[in-house]
Amino acid sequence: MLSRTADNLYWLARYVERADFLARIIKAAQRLATLPASYSGTGTEWESALESSGAAQGFRATRGTPEEASVVDYLTFAPDNPSSICNCIKFARANGRAVRTALTAEMWEAINGAWIELGRFEAGNNGCSRYDREALSHFFEFVQKTSLDYDGSVDRTMLRNDAYWFSRVGLYIERADNTARILDVKYHVLLPQNETVGGSLDYFQWTAILRAVSSLTAYHWVYRESVKPWLIADLLILKKEMPRSLIACYGNIVHFLDAIGDAYGRAGASQRQAHEVMARLANATTDEIFKTGLHEFITAFVEDNDRLGQTINGQYLLH
Amino acid sequence: MLEPRCFDEMTLADGAIRPVYGKIASWLAATPAGLLAARRAQAELLFRRIGITFAVYGEGEMDGAERLIPFDIIPRMMLRSEWTLLEAGLEQRVKALNLFLADIYGAQEILKAGRIPAGLVARNAEFRPEMVGWRVPHDIYVHIAGIDVVRTGEDDFYVLEDNLRTPSGVSYMLENREVMIRVAPDLFAEHRVAPIENYPDALLAALRSLAPPAAGGEPTIVVLTPGRFNSAYYEHSFLADKLGVELVEGGDLLVDDDVVYMRTTEGAKRVDVIYRRIDDGFLDPRAFNRESIIGVAGLMGAYQAGNVTVSNAVGTGIADDKAIYTYVPEFIEFYLGETAVLNNVPTWRCREPGALRYVQEHLADLVVKEVNGSGGYGMLVGPHASKAEREVFAAKLARDPDNFIAQPTLALSTTPTFFDAGIAPRHVDLRPFVLTGANGIRVVPGGLTRVALKEKSLVVNSSQGGGTKDTWIVEDSIFDESPAPQSQNQSQSTS
Repeated sequence: MLSRTADNLYWLARYVERADFLARIIKAAQRLATLPASYSGTGTEWESALESSGAAQGFRATRGTPEEASVVDYLTFAPDNPSSICNCIKFARANGRAVRTALTAEMWEAINGAWIELGRFEAGNNGCSRYDREALSHFFEFVQKTSLDYDGSVDRTMLRNDAYWFSRVGLYIERADNTARILDVKYHVLLPQNETVGGSLDYFQWTAILRAVSSLTAYHWVYRESVKPWLIADLLILKKEMPRSLIACYGNIVHFLDAIGDAYGRAGASQRQAHEVMARLANATTDEIFKTGLHEFITAFVEDNDRLGQTINGQYLLH
Repeated sequence: MLEPRCFDEMTLADGAIRPVYGKIASWLAATPAGLLAARRAQAELLFRRIGITFAVYGEGEMDGAERLIPFDIIPRMMLRSEWTLLEAGLEQRVKALNLFLADIYGAQEILKAGRIPAGLVARNAEFRPEMVGWRVPHDIYVHIAGIDVVRTGEDDFYVLEDNLRTPSGVSYMLENREVMIRVAPDLFAEHRVAPIENYPDALLAALRSLAPPAAGGEPTIVVLTPGRFNSAYYEHSFLADKLGVELVEGGDLLVDDDVVYMRTTEGAKRVDVIYRRIDDGFLDPRAFNRESIIGVAGLMGAYQAGNVTVSNAVGTGIADDKAIYTYVPEFIEFYLGETAVLNNVPTWRCREPGALRYVQEHLADLVVKEVNGSGGYGMLVGPHASKAEREVFAAKLARDPDNFIAQPTLALSTTPTFFDAGIAPRHVDLRPFVLTGANGIRVVPGGLTRVALKEKSLVVNSSQGGGTKDTWIVEDSIFDESPAPQSQNQSQSTS
């Protein structure tokens, strides 16, 4: 297939996944922000939201102190934030439009329909001067439904060939990045009880993390006990059953990259790197991770994941 | 001012309904306006969801500039016998145009015979000297032609212009049909309309037949688009999809040692046939416009080495020039020894002093067109222009008469068109698509009907607010009404 087509499919998947993640991050932060000050611990949930979404630098350069309304606007509708939800959906659709022929009718309808709907939300937002929580909650519902629609249409209608594999690789690279980011920002509240860092550890902070990756219920099913921070780390890093865990993402990345390598009759640097990261995750234990440092572990992972993205780019997408 | 009455394709001057519109007239009478409006809304929704949009040049690019071409849900009707005549005329015309191109880039017999002014060719901006003395595969230059035909009476059809470069609109022809089947299934079923859905297959067969011999049995075909900001991008992607071939941009192709490759995830892959939707001038920055960023450097070399087929051939623009147009009936006579089946619209060539004088004296009655203009730009519709507009145009004409032709304002036929305020007649034209390959000539029955939505407007171009209709070719016999055959239901007997 055309390298450009693979590139567009890869990024289409990434942008849809990113939009979904942003919606979850904001919702989780909103919940924290509604708690009485004595419950919410640090009171820096909007800074965290900016950090987790990778938008902190851009925000600081153009806006003032992070406050709910300004942060939410920056992450949802702001045209000048390249990773705002609106821009993610627009980029996703622009990528889709560039490769119309590689999309099934259902995929196109999902992404094009979302883009049309987005126009209505934008108009509503522009016509509204106050911070409207109800309108926002409709908006987040729409964003999450968009990712479900798109993802479902990919799963149900795409041929299982390289186009599908590149799309899936994009999805899981993005998802791994998102999960790792939220762990990175919140690592200090996930440390074992006796190693407090940076102030009060808080149940609500922990559950907010789980909500952001839609795993609160999953947590209970897996561990059958109340929320413990080190178990959250275990769940999001090492539990294969958890679809957003780093190891589950890499299981998929390895699988789809291998499928590409097999179909093309040769594997390369991206297959090798993916297998290395996977092996590291498969051999890791929570104890070890905490011993060597959660923060260090996550930082190294984010770098590896970025590097793999660049390798895939060089090997397949930029010919 | 009282306009002379135009030929309406449904209702004659005495109020009688032409038989071909019989069922349409009853359908319109029986369907409440609200229901028609609902069907139109349904059709629009379908178009919007499929993403059939076009961009208008000069508007913002990223957002909002994607528009729907208005679609009218009342089909434009034509009898098979009328179509058969058109089809013969179209085939004859395209055959002669191909012979003209082979001649002009070859022996130039027509110039030697003095049948057309040599300067008309040599000084034409669309003439490509690079193509002289070099034979394209099977001597076929125009593989896809869109010939615009207008009607002025029961038996009067005229060719308005030939589009031989990268004619567009075929995706609307095909999608209009799909949408009509969905919004008016009963009406459609009753008419037994000649199918057009085989167009992509016919196009693919034509393109395959033109592949260079080196391609072997399975040529790799691609559609080359300027990119997603092009106004016809939807059509490019639509065609690539229906053909089952890659839609490529210039950046996806590279030329190595006179062979064209596309960049794929598995490395470079050889390309044999390029159905290009990019104008000659932008195809190859090495051969033509150096500034072109949508072309492929070295493509002309590969083309002339015979390693890739470019479709349509480079240099076809010389034959659809509006000044050349006036000579097409003579081409038919010169190359085929036949009389043209389809007439040209009578045309004054302003390059000829007598004609120029006539045009200058009758500017208010004529349509004056720039020889190289397209899309309805660069033209003056005399009767509808203001005095000031006419004066500006008269000055342009005086400065460069060679660059203009003039035609009478034809009383283009009208067909019933649906508006919120009711059904009203609007002017239409027809663009059938003519395919020519080594395997022969094919025209799918019908074409894209374009309709001028503004009252009294004669400009049907979509870039100027025109709309489209589905075109239904129906058998003449369908109106010798026999009762519909019994439906053949599965028998319900139990054993």
